[in-house]
Amino acid sequence: MSESTAVLSTPPAAPPTARILGLHLGVLAVLFALHFVLPDYHHISLSRIMVLACFAMGYNLAFGYSGLLSLGHAMFFAAGLYAAGLVAQFADIAAPGGFLIGVAAAALVALTLGAIALRTGGVSFMIVTLMFAQAVFLIIYYFGTYTRGDEGFVVPDAMRVLLGLDLADPTVRYMTALALFAACLMGSLALARSNLGRVLIAIRENEDRARMLGYDVYRYKLTALTLSAVMAGAAGAAYGLLFGYVGASFASIQYSIYPLLWVLMGGAGTVLGPFLGTVLMFYLVDLTSAATTAYLLVVGLVLIALILFFPKGILGTVRERYLPWLP
Amino acid sequence: MDFGPYFLLASLEGAVGAAVLAVTALGLSLVFGVMRIVNVAHGEFFMLGAVIAWWVASLIGIHPAVGFLAALVVSPLVVGSVAILAERTVLSRLHYDPEATIVATIGMLYVIQQAVLMTYGPEARPVQPPFDFRIQLPWFGYSAYKLFVILAAVVLLLAVWWGLTRTRLGLMMRATQIDRETARAFAIPVDRVYAGVFAVGAALAALGAVLVVPVQQAHYLMGHDPLLLSFITVIIGGLGSLRGTVLAAVIIGMSDGIISVFFSPTLAKIIATLAVAMVLVARPQGLFGERAP
Amino acid sequence: MTTFKDRRPAGGKANTTGADTTGLKGADTKPAKSGPSRRGVLAGLGAAGALTAMPGFVRYSQAQSAEPIKIGFQVHRTGIGAAYGRWYDRTTMAATKLINDAGGINGRPVEIIAEDDGTDPKRGAEVVEKFATQHGCDIAFGTLFSHVVIGSAPRAGELKIPYFVVSEGHHVASGMLNRYTLQPGITDVKSQVIAMAPWVSDNLGKKVTMIFPDFAFGHNHRDFFTEAMAAQGGEVIEQIAIPPTESSFFKYFPKIPSETEVLYHVMVGPGVLTFVKEMGEFYGSNRPEIFGFIDSLEAVDITSPGLEFLDGTYLWEGNPRQAQADQSEHDKFYREAVGVDARGASVDDPKDVSTYAHMFGCWETLNIVKVGMEACGYSGTKDRGALIEAVEAMKDMPESRAHPQGAKVFNGKTHQVFGHQFISQVQGADLVKVHTTPIEAGYYEDEVDYTTQPL
Repeated sequence: MSESTAVLSTPPAAPPTARILGLHLGVLAVLFALHFVLPDYHHISLSRIMVLACFAMGYNLAFGYSGLLSLGHAMFFAAGLYAAGLVAQFADIAAPGGFLIGVAAAALVALTLGAIALRTGGVSFMIVTLMFAQAVFLIIYYFGTYTRGDEGFVVPDAMRVLLGLDLADPTVRYMTALALFAACLMGSLALARSNLGRVLIAIRENEDRARMLGYDVYRYKLTALTLSAVMAGAAGAAYGLLFGYVGASFASIQYSIYPLLWVLMGGAGTVLGPFLGTVLMFYLVDLTSAATTAYLLVVGLVLIALILFFPKGILGTVRERYLPWLP
Repeated sequence: MDFGPYFLLASLEGAVGAAVLAVTALGLSLVFGVMRIVNVAHGEFFMLGAVIAWWVASLIGIHPAVGFLAALVVSPLVVGSVAILAERTVLSRLHYDPEATIVATIGMLYVIQQAVLMTYGPEARPVQPPFDFRIQLPWFGYSAYKLFVILAAVVLLLAVWWGLTRTRLGLMMRATQIDRETARAFAIPVDRVYAGVFAVGAALAALGAVLVVPVQQAHYLMGHDPLLLSFITVIIGGLGSLRGTVLAAVIIGMSDGIISVFFSPTLAKIIATLAVAMVLVARPQGLFGERAP
Repeated sequence: MTTFKDRRPAGGKANTTGADTTGLKGADTKPAKSGPSRRGVLAGLGAAGALTAMPGFVRYSQAQSAEPIKIGFQVHRTGIGAAYGRWYDRTTMAATKLINDAGGINGRPVEIIAEDDGTDPKRGAEVVEKFATQHGCDIAFGTLFSHVVIGSAPRAGELKIPYFVVSEGHHVASGMLNRYTLQPGITDVKSQVIAMAPWVSDNLGKKVTMIFPDFAFGHNHRDFFTEAMAAQGGEVIEQIAIPPTESSFFKYFPKIPSETEVLYHVMVGPGVLTFVKEMGEFYGSNRPEIFGFIDSLEAVDITSPGLEFLDGTYLWEGNPRQAQADQSEHDKFYREAVGVDARGASVDDPKDVSTYAHMFGCWETLNIVKVGMEACGYSGTKDRGALIEAVEAMKDMPESRAHPQGAKVFNGKTHQVFGHQFISQVQGADLVKVHTTPIEAGYYEDEVDYTTQPL
């Protein structure tokens, strides 16, 4: 393939497919097994982490693989969250429908606002996405009659049903989160190893060169951003339906920064990195907040230390030093 | 209120906002322009400036004007020192990699916020303006201090401009901005210039905060909006263009004041936010940038 | 929202009864599944002690071997609610100390397990989960900010942990939440606002302009007060919503119509001093009557520079910050126990002003929990449902040391308490109480009957 010459960050040798598949399926198997052994608190937390990791994986598609540093991914998450929540609240549309509507809403936001934002690049892209996300945040407030603004609303229990199963039930919730997580993880993996993924990496590494090679860079980026938004929106919709709450804080700038943080921590451009980053960040906050009220201080210092000593994120550094085949 | 006076009022408010924004954003613009990094902790330097201003003012406590003047000197010095420390211990070791810097400065943001929460506390505390004088116009009253803020900001901006164009340090900064390697070849201590720029950037944020704190209050979460606005201003103005930054600050500040006359407030914010985005889509290099970033 | 929970298997309660030595108990309900059940595997592993050896699990492993009643305190230590959180914390600790000094609850000491929620709904939900499943708390308690309450309540309901909020939000009585969420310690905003309208209309004027933050809290004020004012023959002639991200307010004042007789303000957040100061600059001495909610000025010294303009204006107070001439001995006792001086500041630091109008809710709620637990003979998490029922059965709460803010009436159906409200006038450096509303002035029709929902 001609574009593979543009891929600078993966080794020339063919990656060992069996090993890669084994690793990722192994992770999923471990997560499945953990369902039976984890204490309740960690069981609940892991359900939530898996959903948020989908958000991070979506972000990774845009940032890690395509080099699109967005500061507005909260709008995609919020689009999924609110679409699913609002149709549950006002149209009595329950989980499977609400979830799909949420995903569609996120894709729609990507295909409109995202398509406009992609007319820019670099820092301008950061700001435009930031601004769009801020506008979405304010729009949620503006339509406070329906969204209840900052307070948000509780998703009716009766709508939190999937194929007759109660999504508020811990087992159902865990398995639903795991299913979504598995879909996003394997989707990311497939994408990273597909032609599309390679073209995206080529664009990330050298956009002009990719263009010169005849690729329609804009279309590829829009595809990447839309897929990214779909995952983020799926995470948002799932979050609302699984945990029963929809609120504007999930559309705030913080929730655009979190996935960036999770991805950078775990390793941008690695398939498992976003999940690792999400897990570590959750437990970092959780454990330090139990020990000290100054947990933000600890979180801050850990971030600084990580970036000093693991500049490519944990899995990025691991790949660089020990496991060059890691996707 | 009639339209004319209302418009005047909104313009005055816009001008005050623009003045503070120009000073604060200029700090970010310097760092952005010379070092090519995004300092997410810029808003926290702003907040730190306000908190230190409160401390200085309440420690001195003779007359508000004395406290204010002392804060005007002490606050940027302290914040600048903190910035140098952060630059030397963290940023320089990251070799100013843009992405790594974002994470590191997010870390700094948390550290500074929490440190202030633990020492200063969660309350919003006011600093008395150096003079408390209200100008009564025929239609409404207006704080004389706010007009002073506009004036002070103009003086500060001129001082920065003079420093950059007329001093040796300014020359070194500009040389580093244009071409780091060549500057190094000409024996410019690039490392020290970087530390200096980072400190000056932070000090400008602190100065902006000292100016605004008699109007608002010092609060440990106050850094969020200035960061966002500065960020937007710098990009809209055009990366690395200080003149663009100042002009963008004026446009953004003024429009924030004036749009609120015509639309319901939250809708006005939405429109202003989308307008910024669309400006960038039309001109990705910013209004005054020379080339695409 | 209730029908659905009926379908859940009833295994949950049984799971919570045993003193699981691994500390891995919880209130979760699990459907019976084929294959190895989660519970079965857990028990096996727990017996082997495998999990208790893992870091982070050890300290919770003796969850039930000691006998204190554990109250999970969801506190805003960081984030926008931190100023409130600090005083909620102090009040809670003071109340707990008194309860323990008097022999605890049912002879068992009370232990407060505090977790910071960062004033964030996501973290809030996680904290409630942590209380229920890791700390083994009997109840969760103490949340103020509405979005944290609304974000956490569904999880409390699912985990079947009683969740006592001190939020003054209308979300409990509106029926949005669930049977496990109660607000017995503080009157909700709807009731507060309704109770103010007659006095404002009789004493200040009929034409009101409202200034409020453009989010749910402000919208509650807007809707309830506009309606209540109309019922009094008054009129809200203009509603000025301030966007959530605003830090300067001057440019909104021209929107106030000149025929305004009363300006009603209810700003919250750190920008409030700016708000008052700019209002003063705008009006000078020629102002309409001004009535506001002290929510704006909680934890703020009324003598702060810039607040001079408030002199002569009126404020709603949930509980008079300054000790009044007719101070009850209960308030005196409460004030002393929490460590608040006669001006409403910390006895250790006169600059450290309390959130007096709200924090009494923590004190009263804990005392209600005590009464409720004693009434139902609460012995462990299996009695959580009985505790809810015991509190629902409460009605009159006379003024006492347990209720220093004043007498209250609890509505078991809506899970909401109703109490007296106060109107104070700023007189120089003082807040002087000028009116006390009767409890009935804040009544409105029930919007929900939580008692029909299953436990």
